[in-house]
Amino acid sequence: MSLTLQVSGLALLIATVLGVPLGAVVGLTRFPGRGLVTLVLYTGMGLPPVVVGLVVYLMLSRSGPFGSMDWLFTPAAMVVAQTIIAFPLVAALTMSAVEGVDPDLRLQVRALGATRWQTGWTILREARIGLTAAIVAAFGGIISEVGAVMLVGGNIEGQTRVLTTAIVLSTRQGDFALAMALGLVLLLLALGANAALLQLQGRAK
Amino acid sequence: MSTTPPPAFELAGIRHRYGARTVLSIPHLAIPRGETLGIIGPSGAGKSTLLRLLQGLERPTEGTIDVDGAPMPHPVPLPLSRRITTVFQRPLMLDRSVRDNVLFGLRVRGIKDRAAADPLLERLGLVHLANARARHLSGGEIQRVALARAMAIEPDVLLLDEPAANLDPANVARVEAFIRDAQSRGTTIVLVTHNTHEARRLAHSTVLLIEGGVVETGPTAALFESPAEERTRAFLAGELVY
Repeated sequence: MSLTLQVSGLALLIATVLGVPLGAVVGLTRFPGRGLVTLVLYTGMGLPPVVVGLVVYLMLSRSGPFGSMDWLFTPAAMVVAQTIIAFPLVAALTMSAVEGVDPDLRLQVRALGATRWQTGWTILREARIGLTAAIVAAFGGIISEVGAVMLVGGNIEGQTRVLTTAIVLSTRQGDFALAMALGLVLLLLALGANAALLQLQGRAK
Repeated sequence: MSTTPPPAFELAGIRHRYGARTVLSIPHLAIPRGETLGIIGPSGAGKSTLLRLLQGLERPTEGTIDVDGAPMPHPVPLPLSRRITTVFQRPLMLDRSVRDNVLFGLRVRGIKDRAAADPLLERLGLVHLANARARHLSGGEIQRVALARAMAIEPDVLLLDEPAANLDPANVARVEAFIRDAQSRGTTIVLVTHNTHEARRLAHSTVLLIEGGVVETGPTAALFESPAEERTRAFLAGELVY
Protein backbone atom coordinates (compact mmCIF):
# COMPACT_ATOMS: atom_id res chain seq x y z
CA MET A 1 0.00 0.00 0.00
CA SER A 2 2.79 2.43 0.80
CA LEU A 3 4.48 1.53 -2.50
CA THR A 4 1.21 2.26 -4.32
CA LEU A 5 1.10 5.72 -2.76
CA GLN A 6 4.80 6.36 -3.31
CA VAL A 7 4.72 5.40 -6.99
CA SER A 8 1.49 7.19 -7.86
CA GLY A 9 2.27 10.15 -5.62
CA LEU A 10 5.67 10.73 -7.18
CA ALA A 11 4.27 10.27 -10.69
CA LEU A 12 1.51 12.76 -9.89
CA LEU A 13 4.01 15.26 -8.51
CA ILE A 14 6.19 15.10 -11.61
CA ALA A 15 3.18 15.26 -13.94
CA THR A 16 1.88 18.31 -12.03
CA VAL A 17 5.20 20.15 -12.02
CA LEU A 18 5.51 19.64 -15.78
CA GLY A 19 1.86 19.60 -16.82
CA VAL A 20 0.48 22.67 -15.05
CA PRO A 21 2.98 25.12 -16.60
CA LEU A 22 2.57 23.54 -20.04
CA GLY A 23 -1.23 23.62 -19.80
CA ALA A 24 -1.12 27.24 -18.63
CA VAL A 25 1.15 28.32 -21.48
CA VAL A 26 -0.95 26.53 -24.11
CA GLY A 27 -4.17 27.89 -22.60
CA LEU A 28 -2.99 31.49 -22.26
CA THR A 29 -0.86 32.11 -25.32
CA ARG A 30 -1.17 31.84 -29.08
CA PHE A 31 1.72 30.36 -31.01
CA PRO A 32 2.20 28.42 -34.24
CA GLY A 33 1.55 24.74 -33.67
CA ARG A 34 -0.75 25.36 -30.71
CA GLY A 35 -3.54 23.40 -32.37
CA LEU A 36 -1.23 20.42 -32.79
CA VAL A 37 -0.10 20.55 -29.15
CA THR A 38 -3.75 20.67 -28.05
CA LEU A 39 -4.57 17.69 -30.26
CA VAL A 40 -1.64 15.70 -28.86
CA LEU A 41 -2.61 16.53 -25.27
CA TYR A 42 -6.26 15.58 -25.79
CA THR A 43 -5.18 12.34 -27.48
CA GLY A 44 -2.77 11.72 -24.62
CA MET A 45 -5.66 11.92 -22.15
CA GLY A 46 -7.02 8.74 -23.65
CA LEU A 47 -3.76 6.79 -23.85
CA PRO A 48 -4.40 3.14 -22.94
CA PRO A 49 -2.17 2.48 -19.91
CA VAL A 50 -1.19 -0.91 -21.24
CA VAL A 51 0.20 0.69 -24.42
CA VAL A 52 2.17 3.18 -22.31
CA GLY A 53 3.45 0.22 -20.34
CA LEU A 54 4.51 -1.56 -23.50
CA VAL A 55 6.41 1.45 -24.86
CA VAL A 56 8.13 2.12 -21.53
CA TYR A 57 8.96 -1.59 -21.34
CA LEU A 58 10.62 -1.48 -24.77
CA MET A 59 12.51 1.70 -23.88
CA LEU A 60 13.83 0.27 -20.63
CA SER A 61 14.46 -3.31 -21.70
CA ARG A 62 18.06 -4.50 -22.09
CA SER A 63 18.12 -3.82 -25.82
CA GLY A 64 16.16 -0.54 -25.54
CA PRO A 65 17.69 2.95 -25.64
CA PHE A 66 17.52 3.32 -21.85
CA GLY A 67 18.31 -0.29 -21.03
CA SER A 68 21.59 0.58 -19.37
CA MET A 69 19.71 2.37 -16.57
CA ASP A 70 18.48 -1.00 -15.36
CA TRP A 71 15.09 0.41 -14.36
CA LEU A 72 12.88 -2.33 -15.76
CA PHE A 73 10.95 -4.19 -13.03
CA THR A 74 11.74 -1.44 -10.49
CA PRO A 75 9.46 1.18 -8.94
CA ALA A 76 11.31 3.81 -11.02
CA ALA A 77 9.94 2.25 -14.21
CA MET A 78 6.43 2.32 -12.72
CA VAL A 79 6.82 6.01 -11.90
CA VAL A 80 7.94 6.73 -15.46
CA ALA A 81 4.92 4.91 -16.92
CA GLN A 82 2.42 6.55 -14.58
CA THR A 83 3.93 9.99 -15.16
CA ILE A 84 3.38 9.51 -18.89
CA ILE A 85 -0.25 8.58 -18.23
CA ALA A 86 -0.89 11.46 -15.80
CA PHE A 87 0.96 14.23 -17.65
CA PRO A 88 -1.46 14.80 -20.56
CA LEU A 89 -4.41 14.65 -18.16
CA VAL A 90 -2.91 17.37 -15.96
CA ALA A 91 -1.79 19.51 -18.90
CA ALA A 92 -5.00 19.29 -20.93
CA LEU A 93 -7.32 19.87 -17.97
CA THR A 94 -5.14 22.78 -16.80
CA MET A 95 -5.41 24.22 -20.29
CA SER A 96 -9.18 24.08 -20.31
CA ALA A 97 -9.32 25.45 -16.75
CA VAL A 98 -7.33 28.60 -17.63
CA GLU A 99 -9.25 28.97 -20.89
CA GLY A 100 -12.41 29.05 -18.77
CA VAL A 101 -11.30 32.27 -17.05
CA ASP A 102 -12.87 35.34 -18.68
CA PRO A 103 -10.27 36.70 -21.16
CA ASP A 104 -11.25 40.25 -20.18
CA LEU A 105 -9.93 39.55 -16.69
CA ARG A 106 -6.46 39.13 -18.16
CA LEU A 107 -6.67 42.59 -19.76
CA GLN A 108 -7.87 44.10 -16.50
CA VAL A 109 -5.08 42.44 -14.53
CA ARG A 110 -2.56 43.77 -17.03
CA ALA A 111 -4.07 47.24 -16.88
CA LEU A 112 -3.46 47.17 -13.12
CA GLY A 113 0.24 46.80 -13.83
CA ALA A 114 0.85 43.04 -13.66
CA THR A 115 3.77 41.65 -15.63
CA ARG A 116 3.20 38.73 -18.00
CA TRP A 117 4.30 36.28 -15.30
CA GLN A 118 2.14 37.92 -12.66
CA THR A 119 -0.79 37.84 -15.05
CA GLY A 120 -0.27 34.15 -15.77
CA TRP A 121 0.04 33.33 -12.08
CA THR A 122 -3.08 35.37 -11.26
CA ILE A 123 -5.10 33.57 -13.93
CA LEU A 124 -3.86 30.19 -12.64
CA ARG A 125 -5.02 31.17 -9.19
CA GLU A 126 -8.41 32.13 -10.61
CA ALA A 127 -8.60 28.70 -12.24
CA ARG A 128 -7.70 26.84 -9.04
CA ILE A 129 -10.91 24.80 -8.91
CA GLY A 130 -10.25 23.50 -12.40
CA LEU A 131 -6.62 22.85 -11.47
CA THR A 132 -7.66 20.76 -8.49
CA ALA A 133 -10.00 18.82 -10.74
CA ALA A 134 -7.10 18.19 -13.14
CA ILE A 135 -4.87 16.82 -10.40
CA VAL A 136 -7.65 14.73 -8.85
CA ALA A 137 -8.52 13.25 -12.24
CA ALA A 138 -4.89 12.38 -12.94
CA PHE A 139 -4.47 10.77 -9.54
CA GLY A 140 -7.61 8.72 -10.01
CA GLY A 141 -6.30 7.65 -13.41
CA ILE A 142 -2.94 6.37 -12.23
CA ILE A 143 -3.71 4.92 -8.81
CA SER A 144 -6.29 2.62 -10.35
CA GLU A 145 -4.43 1.56 -13.50
CA VAL A 146 -2.99 -1.91 -13.70
CA GLY A 147 -1.74 -2.50 -17.22
CA ALA A 148 1.33 -0.28 -17.19
CA VAL A 149 2.59 -1.10 -13.68
CA MET A 150 2.09 -4.80 -14.35
CA LEU A 151 4.20 -4.69 -17.54
CA VAL A 152 7.06 -2.48 -16.40
CA GLY A 153 7.04 -3.40 -12.71
CA GLY A 154 6.50 -7.10 -13.10
CA ASN A 155 4.39 -7.45 -9.95
CA ILE A 156 7.32 -8.68 -7.86
CA GLU A 157 6.35 -9.29 -4.26
CA GLY A 158 7.94 -6.85 -1.87
CA GLN A 159 9.44 -4.83 -4.70
CA THR A 160 6.99 -3.76 -7.39
CA ARG A 161 3.67 -5.17 -6.26
CA VAL A 162 1.07 -2.45 -5.87
CA LEU A 163 -2.58 -2.70 -4.90
CA THR A 164 -3.96 -3.12 -8.40
CA THR A 165 -1.49 -5.83 -9.39
CA ALA A 166 -2.01 -7.58 -6.05
CA ILE A 167 -5.76 -7.61 -6.73
CA VAL A 168 -5.18 -9.19 -10.14
CA LEU A 169 -2.95 -11.86 -8.63
CA SER A 170 -5.23 -12.78 -5.72
CA THR A 171 -8.21 -12.97 -8.05
CA ARG A 172 -6.33 -15.35 -10.35
CA GLN A 173 -5.39 -17.47 -7.34
CA GLY A 174 -9.01 -17.62 -6.28
CA ASP A 175 -8.46 -15.64 -3.09
CA PHE A 176 -11.49 -13.43 -3.62
CA ALA A 177 -11.68 -12.29 -0.02
CA LEU A 178 -8.16 -10.86 -0.18
CA ALA A 179 -8.87 -9.33 -3.60
CA MET A 180 -12.00 -7.65 -2.28
CA ALA A 181 -10.20 -6.40 0.80
CA LEU A 182 -7.40 -4.93 -1.30
CA GLY A 183 -9.99 -3.36 -3.58
CA LEU A 184 -11.59 -1.72 -0.59
CA VAL A 185 -8.21 -0.37 0.55
CA LEU A 186 -7.63 1.05 -2.94
CA LEU A 187 -11.03 2.75 -2.86
CA LEU A 188 -10.32 4.21 0.56
CA LEU A 189 -6.93 5.49 -0.61
CA ALA A 190 -8.52 7.22 -3.59
CA LEU A 191 -11.21 8.64 -1.35
CA GLY A 192 -8.70 9.94 1.17
CA ALA A 193 -6.42 11.49 -1.43
CA ASN A 194 -9.31 13.24 -3.15
CA ALA A 195 -10.68 14.50 0.14
CA ALA A 196 -7.24 15.93 0.99
CA LEU A 197 -6.98 17.68 -2.38
CA LEU A 198 -10.47 19.13 -2.05
CA GLN A 199 -9.58 20.33 1.41
CA LEU A 200 -6.49 22.08 0.04
CA GLN A 201 -8.59 23.73 -2.61
CA GLY A 202 -11.05 24.96 -0.02
CA ARG A 203 -8.23 26.53 1.95
CA ALA A 204 -6.91 28.22 -1.19
CA LYS A 205 -10.18 30.11 -1.55
CA MET B 1 11.28 79.89 -26.25
CA SER B 2 8.33 78.79 -24.19
CA THR B 3 8.59 75.42 -22.51
CA THR B 4 5.05 74.14 -22.63
CA PRO B 5 5.13 70.53 -21.40
CA PRO B 6 4.11 68.01 -24.05
CA PRO B 7 0.57 66.67 -23.74
CA ALA B 8 0.01 63.44 -21.84
CA PHE B 9 -1.23 61.90 -25.09
CA GLU B 10 -1.10 63.12 -28.64
CA LEU B 11 -2.82 61.05 -31.31
CA ALA B 12 -2.11 61.66 -34.98
CA GLY B 13 -3.58 59.99 -38.03
CA ILE B 14 -5.19 57.17 -36.03
CA ARG B 15 -7.19 54.64 -37.98
CA HIS B 16 -8.02 51.47 -36.13
CA ARG B 17 -9.58 48.52 -37.88
CA TYR B 18 -11.01 45.20 -36.80
CA GLY B 19 -10.80 43.17 -39.99
CA ALA B 20 -12.22 45.32 -42.76
CA ARG B 21 -14.24 47.50 -40.38
CA THR B 22 -12.76 50.83 -39.31
CA VAL B 23 -13.83 51.36 -35.71
CA LEU B 24 -11.88 54.51 -34.94
CA SER B 25 -10.62 57.38 -37.06
CA ILE B 26 -8.98 60.31 -35.27
CA PRO B 27 -6.90 62.70 -37.37
CA HIS B 28 -5.58 64.58 -34.34
CA LEU B 29 -6.29 64.68 -30.62
CA ALA B 30 -4.19 66.03 -27.76
CA ILE B 31 -4.91 65.33 -24.11
CA PRO B 32 -3.09 67.90 -21.94
CA ARG B 33 -1.38 66.63 -18.83
CA GLY B 34 -3.40 66.98 -15.66
CA GLU B 35 -6.64 67.65 -17.48
CA THR B 36 -9.80 65.63 -17.84
CA LEU B 37 -11.03 64.80 -21.31
CA GLY B 38 -14.62 63.71 -21.63
CA ILE B 39 -15.49 61.36 -24.47
CA ILE B 40 -19.16 61.27 -25.24
CA GLY B 41 -21.06 59.56 -27.98
CA PRO B 42 -23.62 56.86 -28.64
CA SER B 43 -22.93 53.15 -28.13
CA GLY B 44 -20.58 51.71 -30.71
CA ALA B 45 -18.88 55.05 -31.32
CA GLY B 46 -15.42 53.64 -30.57
CA LYS B 47 -15.11 55.17 -27.09
CA SER B 48 -13.92 51.99 -25.37
CA THR B 49 -11.60 51.18 -28.27
CA LEU B 50 -9.91 54.53 -27.79
CA LEU B 51 -9.26 53.68 -24.13
CA ARG B 52 -7.71 50.33 -25.11
CA LEU B 53 -5.33 52.17 -27.43
CA LEU B 54 -4.38 54.66 -24.71
CA GLN B 55 -3.79 51.86 -22.20
CA GLY B 56 -1.57 50.18 -24.79
CA LEU B 57 -3.63 46.98 -24.84
CA GLU B 58 -3.97 47.34 -28.60
CA ARG B 59 -1.76 48.94 -31.18
CA PRO B 60 -3.46 51.28 -33.67
CA THR B 61 -3.65 49.87 -37.18
CA GLU B 62 -2.40 53.20 -38.52
CA GLY B 63 -1.15 56.41 -36.95
CA THR B 64 0.85 57.29 -33.87
CA ILE B 65 0.23 57.86 -30.19
CA ASP B 66 2.78 59.98 -28.36
CA VAL B 67 2.95 59.80 -24.58
CA ASP B 68 4.60 62.81 -22.94
CA GLY B 69 6.08 63.74 -26.31
CA ALA B 70 7.57 60.34 -27.17
CA PRO B 71 6.01 57.61 -29.34
CA MET B 72 4.36 54.81 -27.38
CA PRO B 73 6.38 51.63 -28.04
CA HIS B 74 4.74 48.24 -28.51
CA PRO B 75 4.78 46.17 -26.43
CA VAL B 76 4.44 48.98 -23.92
CA PRO B 77 7.32 48.81 -21.41
CA LEU B 78 6.24 48.08 -17.86
CA PRO B 79 7.32 51.42 -16.31
CA LEU B 80 5.13 53.25 -18.83
CA SER B 81 2.14 50.90 -18.65
CA ARG B 82 2.24 51.08 -14.85
CA ARG B 83 1.64 54.84 -14.97
CA ILE B 84 -1.67 54.26 -16.75
CA THR B 85 -4.66 52.29 -15.57
CA THR B 86 -8.19 51.66 -16.76
CA VAL B 87 -11.48 51.14 -14.98
CA PHE B 88 -13.31 48.99 -17.49
CA GLN B 89 -16.96 49.29 -18.40
CA ARG B 90 -17.57 45.74 -17.17
CA PRO B 91 -15.11 45.46 -14.30
CA LEU B 92 -14.20 41.91 -13.32
CA MET B 93 -13.25 41.02 -9.78
CA LEU B 94 -10.57 38.55 -8.79
CA ASP B 95 -11.96 35.70 -6.74
CA ARG B 96 -10.60 37.16 -3.49
CA SER B 97 -11.79 39.59 -0.86
CA VAL B 98 -12.73 43.16 -1.74
CA ARG B 99 -9.64 44.37 0.14
CA ASP B 100 -7.34 42.05 -1.78
CA ASN B 101 -8.84 43.25 -5.04
CA VAL B 102 -8.13 46.85 -4.10
CA LEU B 103 -4.57 45.95 -3.09
CA PHE B 104 -3.85 43.95 -6.25
CA GLY B 105 -2.13 46.78 -8.16
CA LEU B 106 0.13 47.46 -5.18
CA ARG B 107 0.88 43.75 -4.71
CA VAL B 108 2.13 43.35 -8.28
CA ARG B 109 4.38 46.37 -7.67
CA GLY B 110 5.83 44.66 -4.63
CA ILE B 111 4.12 47.00 -2.15
CA LYS B 112 2.68 45.17 0.85
CA ASP B 113 0.67 47.91 2.51
CA ARG B 114 -2.53 46.24 3.67
CA ALA B 115 -3.76 49.46 5.25
CA ALA B 116 -3.91 51.23 1.89
CA ALA B 117 -7.28 49.81 0.89
CA ASP B 118 -9.54 50.87 3.72
CA PRO B 119 -9.39 54.67 3.31
CA LEU B 120 -10.33 54.25 -0.35
CA LEU B 121 -13.15 51.85 0.46
CA GLU B 122 -14.33 54.21 3.18
CA ARG B 123 -14.64 57.10 0.74
CA LEU B 124 -16.70 54.97 -1.63
CA GLY B 125 -18.99 53.65 1.10
CA LEU B 126 -17.63 50.11 0.88
CA VAL B 127 -15.50 49.67 3.98
CA HIS B 128 -18.04 47.33 5.58
CA LEU B 129 -17.52 44.98 2.63
CA ALA B 130 -13.70 44.91 2.85
CA ASN B 131 -13.59 41.23 3.84
CA ALA B 132 -16.44 40.08 1.60
CA ARG B 133 -15.78 37.94 -1.46
CA ALA B 134 -15.64 40.46 -4.30
CA ARG B 135 -17.46 38.15 -6.73
CA HIS B 136 -20.52 38.24 -4.51
CA LEU B 137 -21.05 41.99 -4.74
CA SER B 138 -23.71 43.79 -6.76
CA GLY B 139 -22.90 45.47 -10.06
CA GLY B 140 -22.80 48.93 -8.52
CA GLU B 141 -20.54 47.77 -5.69
CA ILE B 142 -18.18 46.09 -8.14
CA GLN B 143 -17.97 49.28 -10.14
CA ARG B 144 -16.90 51.21 -7.03
CA VAL B 145 -14.38 48.52 -5.99
CA ALA B 146 -12.90 48.74 -9.50
CA LEU B 147 -12.49 52.48 -9.06
CA ALA B 148 -10.82 52.04 -5.66
CA ARG B 149 -8.58 49.31 -7.16
CA ALA B 150 -7.44 51.71 -9.90
CA MET B 151 -6.96 54.66 -7.55
CA ALA B 152 -4.90 52.60 -5.08
CA ILE B 153 -1.95 52.65 -7.45
CA GLU B 154 -2.13 56.47 -7.80
CA PRO B 155 -1.75 56.43 -11.57
CA ASP B 156 -0.59 59.42 -13.62
CA VAL B 157 -3.29 58.61 -16.14
CA LEU B 158 -6.70 57.25 -15.27
CA LEU B 159 -8.91 55.90 -18.04
CA LEU B 160 -12.51 55.60 -16.93
CA ASP B 161 -15.09 53.72 -18.99
CA GLU B 162 -18.58 54.63 -17.78
CA PRO B 163 -17.52 54.70 -14.11
CA ALA B 164 -20.94 55.71 -12.83
CA ALA B 165 -23.19 53.80 -15.22
CA ASN B 166 -24.81 51.43 -12.71
CA LEU B 167 -24.95 53.71 -9.70
CA ASP B 168 -27.72 55.37 -7.75
CA PRO B 169 -27.52 59.17 -7.31
CA ALA B 170 -25.86 59.01 -3.88
CA ASN B 171 -23.10 56.79 -5.22
CA VAL B 172 -22.74 58.85 -8.38
CA ALA B 173 -21.94 61.77 -6.08
CA ARG B 174 -19.38 59.66 -4.17
CA VAL B 175 -17.71 58.52 -7.37
CA GLU B 176 -17.60 62.01 -8.80
CA ALA B 177 -16.07 63.38 -5.60
CA PHE B 178 -13.49 60.61 -5.83
CA ILE B 179 -12.69 61.59 -9.42
CA ARG B 180 -12.35 65.23 -8.35
CA ASP B 181 -9.77 64.17 -5.76
CA ALA B 182 -7.74 62.58 -8.52
CA GLN B 183 -8.11 65.73 -10.60
CA SER B 184 -6.81 67.86 -7.76
CA ARG B 185 -3.77 65.59 -7.49
CA GLY B 186 -2.96 66.34 -11.13
CA THR B 187 -4.06 63.02 -12.60
CA THR B 188 -4.76 63.06 -16.31
CA ILE B 189 -8.19 61.54 -16.81
CA VAL B 190 -10.02 60.31 -19.86
CA LEU B 191 -13.66 59.84 -19.00
CA VAL B 192 -15.82 57.86 -21.38
CA THR B 193 -19.50 58.35 -20.72
CA HIS B 194 -22.77 58.48 -22.54
CA ASN B 195 -24.04 60.65 -19.74
CA THR B 196 -23.52 64.16 -21.07
CA HIS B 197 -24.22 65.69 -17.65
CA GLU B 198 -21.35 63.77 -16.15
CA ALA B 199 -18.98 64.99 -18.86
CA ARG B 200 -20.20 68.50 -18.27
CA ARG B 201 -19.55 68.29 -14.52
CA LEU B 202 -16.09 66.72 -14.71
CA ALA B 203 -14.37 67.29 -18.04
CA HIS B 204 -12.20 70.27 -19.01
CA SER B 205 -12.62 69.47 -22.65
CA THR B 206 -14.92 67.08 -24.46
CA VAL B 207 -14.87 65.06 -27.66
CA LEU B 208 -18.00 63.82 -29.38
CA LEU B 209 -17.37 60.54 -31.18
CA ILE B 210 -19.92 59.08 -33.55
CA GLU B 211 -19.26 55.89 -35.54
CA GLY B 212 -15.56 56.05 -34.81
CA GLY B 213 -15.08 59.61 -36.01
CA VAL B 214 -14.54 62.88 -34.14
CA VAL B 215 -17.56 65.08 -34.74
CA GLU B 216 -16.49 67.94 -32.56
CA THR B 217 -13.95 68.67 -29.87
CA GLY B 218 -13.36 71.66 -27.65
CA PRO B 219 -13.60 73.09 -24.16
CA THR B 220 -16.52 71.43 -22.43
CA ALA B 221 -18.49 74.62 -21.75
CA ALA B 222 -18.19 75.83 -25.34
CA LEU B 223 -19.08 72.45 -26.81
CA PHE B 224 -22.18 72.15 -24.68
CA GLU B 225 -23.34 75.74 -24.89
CA SER B 226 -22.57 76.67 -28.45
CA PRO B 227 -21.81 73.57 -30.49
CA ALA B 228 -20.33 74.33 -33.87
CA GLU B 229 -21.65 71.19 -35.51
CA GLU B 230 -25.26 70.42 -36.23
CA ARG B 231 -24.72 66.75 -35.25
CA THR B 232 -23.35 67.83 -31.87
CA ARG B 233 -26.41 69.97 -31.25
CA ALA B 234 -28.66 67.09 -32.24
CA PHE B 235 -26.77 64.59 -30.03
CA LEU B 236 -26.91 66.90 -27.01
CA ALA B 237 -30.61 67.46 -27.61
CA GLY B 238 -31.09 63.70 -27.49
CA GLU B 239 -32.12 63.38 -31.10
CA LEU B 240 -31.16 60.35 -33.09
CA VAL B 241 -27.99 61.15 -34.97
CA TYR B 242 -26.72 57.76 -36.02
